[in-house]
Amino acid sequence: MMYEVNVFVTLKEAVLDPQGSAVNHSLHQLGYQEVEDVRIGKVLTLTVNGEKETVEARVKEMCDKLLANPVIEDYRFEIKEALAQ
Amino acid sequence: MKFAVVVFPGSNCDIDMYHAIKDELGEDVDYVDYRETSLEEYDAVLLPGGFSYGDYLRSGAIAARLPIAAGIKEAAQQGKPVLGVCNGFQVLLELGLLPGAMRRNRQLTFICKPTTLIVKNNQTPFTSTYESNQEVSIPVAHGEGNYFCDPATLTELKENGQIAFTYAEDINGSIENIAGITNKEGNVLGMMPHPERAVDELLGSKDGLNMFVSLLKQWRESHAITS
Repeated sequence: MMYEVNVFVTLKEAVLDPQGSAVNHSLHQLGYQEVEDVRIGKVLTLTVNGEKETVEARVKEMCDKLLANPVIEDYRFEIKEALAQ
Repeated sequence: MKFAVVVFPGSNCDIDMYHAIKDELGEDVDYVDYRETSLEEYDAVLLPGGFSYGDYLRSGAIAARLPIAAGIKEAAQQGKPVLGVCNGFQVLLELGLLPGAMRRNRQLTFICKPTTLIVKNNQTPFTSTYESNQEVSIPVAHGEGNYFCDPATLTELKENGQIAFTYAEDINGSIENIAGITNKEGNVLGMMPHPERAVDELLGSKDGLNMFVSLLKQWRESHAITS
């Protein structure tokens, strides 16, 4: 079975995000004063061939080993069945 | 003394590092390909600056998962000096050989200029020929040199004397102006400034040469070679 896994990697709350601050500032310049804060993260979309029971554990391992840096980043992921061709 | 300069795809300060050792220090040096797994035959390991794997995912992240990572870790465990400069520092952080992580520079711009550093700890194999609190001029060239660690790690770094270099002034937002740190044992040093670009007056400064001289001095003392 093919699964589509979306991994969201974000900076931990305690870590300042200089890019987010710059975008926040730019939004204010455009008149969007209601924006209180901007944080920038990334989305990795993995197409994984595997059994449902193992995919979650394997993706967690991938996140811990490579996809996120635990010193400054948090992650979460969503797994769904990939659409048939 | 035999040095290794590890070359990753995207390294671009490897030739400068090689030149510093070969021509300025006058010792043996080899380039070592990232597909190798052992650094057994070398006395010291140098990880050069650059943009390994184009800084994809995170700077240094992919380089730290290559075959040569095993050799770097082994050298560090054996107590050999391991120096990571700029991207090399980022690789050491990703390898877990040094604590903390790098963020984008606070000002979001790439900085490339001479900086004044303060030698905070001259009791390491890399800094023994500097004076304590000596001011040295060594250039930086980075976009992600904004050092971060949590408060507990910072306390530990200070208590163990792991902060080797600080910037004389805040240039990129780094916690406590940290420019370079060592591991607890002192044989692994990561720094954002480039000592290999400061090894001759023609380059504007030769303050970086003492780092390599310090390594050679320590190696000679431990091998009882006099010259």
